[in-house]
Amino acid sequence: MQREGYVPPTAGGGAGSGSTRPGGAYGDVPRQTSMKYLCADCGKSVTLNKADPIRCKECGFRILYKERTKRMVQFEAR
Amino acid sequence: MAPSKEELERRRIVGVELERVSNVTSTDFPGHYPGEDHSWNLDDFKKNSKIDIHKANDLDYEFDLIGVDASVANAFRRILISEVPTLAIETVFVHNNTSIVQDEVLAQRLGLVPLRGDKKGFQQLRWRKKSPDEPAAEATDFNTVVMTLKVACTRNHATPNTETDPSKLYFNSSVYARDIKFAPQGRQSSWFSGAGEIRPVNPDILLAKLRPGQEIDLEIHCVLGIGQDHAKFSPVATASYRLLPSIKIKKPITGEDAEKFVNCFPKGVAEVQKDKKTGENTAVVVNPRKDTVSREVLRHDEFKGKVELGRIRDHFIFSIESTGMYNSDELFLQAVQILKKKCTDFQEKLMES
Repeated sequence: MQREGYVPPTAGGGAGSGSTRPGGAYGDVPRQTSMKYLCADCGKSVTLNKADPIRCKECGFRILYKERTKRMVQFEAR
Repeated sequence: MAPSKEELERRRIVGVELERVSNVTSTDFPGHYPGEDHSWNLDDFKKNSKIDIHKANDLDYEFDLIGVDASVANAFRRILISEVPTLAIETVFVHNNTSIVQDEVLAQRLGLVPLRGDKKGFQQLRWRKKSPDEPAAEATDFNTVVMTLKVACTRNHATPNTETDPSKLYFNSSVYARDIKFAPQGRQSSWFSGAGEIRPVNPDILLAKLRPGQEIDLEIHCVLGIGQDHAKFSPVATASYRLLPSIKIKKPITGEDAEKFVNCFPKGVAEVQKDKKTGENTAVVVNPRKDTVSREVLRHDEFKGKVELGRIRDHFIFSIESTGMYNSDELFLQAVQILKKKCTDFQEKLMES
């Protein structure tokens, strides 16, 4: 398993799809058109495209959360 | 001139009096008593020192260390707590953690989980140096043990709607220490195999609670360390000693007073027995080891001048409670080895200069 450095997000992942993100470590990641969110009301996963209204497809709730980044974070167990 | 027997006995006792402790320091060093030779002597030490084992369980060990100075007993205690190396979780790489326990809190919590594994395998492990310019800083199978924790909570659709118990309602509603899985690297698979696999000592430690949709995905690196660096590396829960209490009855305590005397001590310390000569009920000390030296007996006027409490200066009741990586008896032997190593190192330095 890769320990150090950065693991590129997978196509289904929540991170790294931001179209306005500058280059650097993220430069090679192909830009995604859809992005996964979590509905604040029913908790279901919602996939939105660029022009979609911000709305849960299951319950119609208008508040969506971003998923936590899949980037690895290192901590000392102290 | 050799001291009398009573004098030697007096020197062995630390007095516990009503409002003070007397005769605290040991005096068996050269030059304290004129005309007496108290220089350290190996033959005398061999003759006088003794170890009696009283309780020998894997994790709980109690023995009497008799005839050594407090400095030596204390050195063993301190080495046990802070200088015997053990394996503990040092770095946590969080890939995903959507539980309510924050990453840093979870990492700290994981660090305190005691680990165990094949004891021969641990001998293969080496220190991992902290500074980046040393060659040993690189993680290898000799200095780093990798473990993983990957748990996701899901709903159990087989349960009826009336169910309220989260452990039945969901799968993996609680994350326990047993969910930490060993991922052997390189030669580690041969050092720690089968029953010798590295695993938490107590599989039921609750690490976090999850609800459906939440997940924890971690990679964990464990290294060798000592208690001086962090308490998680300490191999003992407690390593402590106390001095053996001594209760001396100066004048016979009889009749109703005897009953009262016995009740001044914890159960099993003193007893009322019939005196063989006089036929009277007399208080007798049976097992001073069980005493807590509460001094209750000194509060009552009827026992004034009849009883003397104290502790025996060179009789240490040592107790070692292991956290599980090593058995308690092995820990004491390791502590002895470490002290021995320190002594030889010091001797070498002295010889050089």
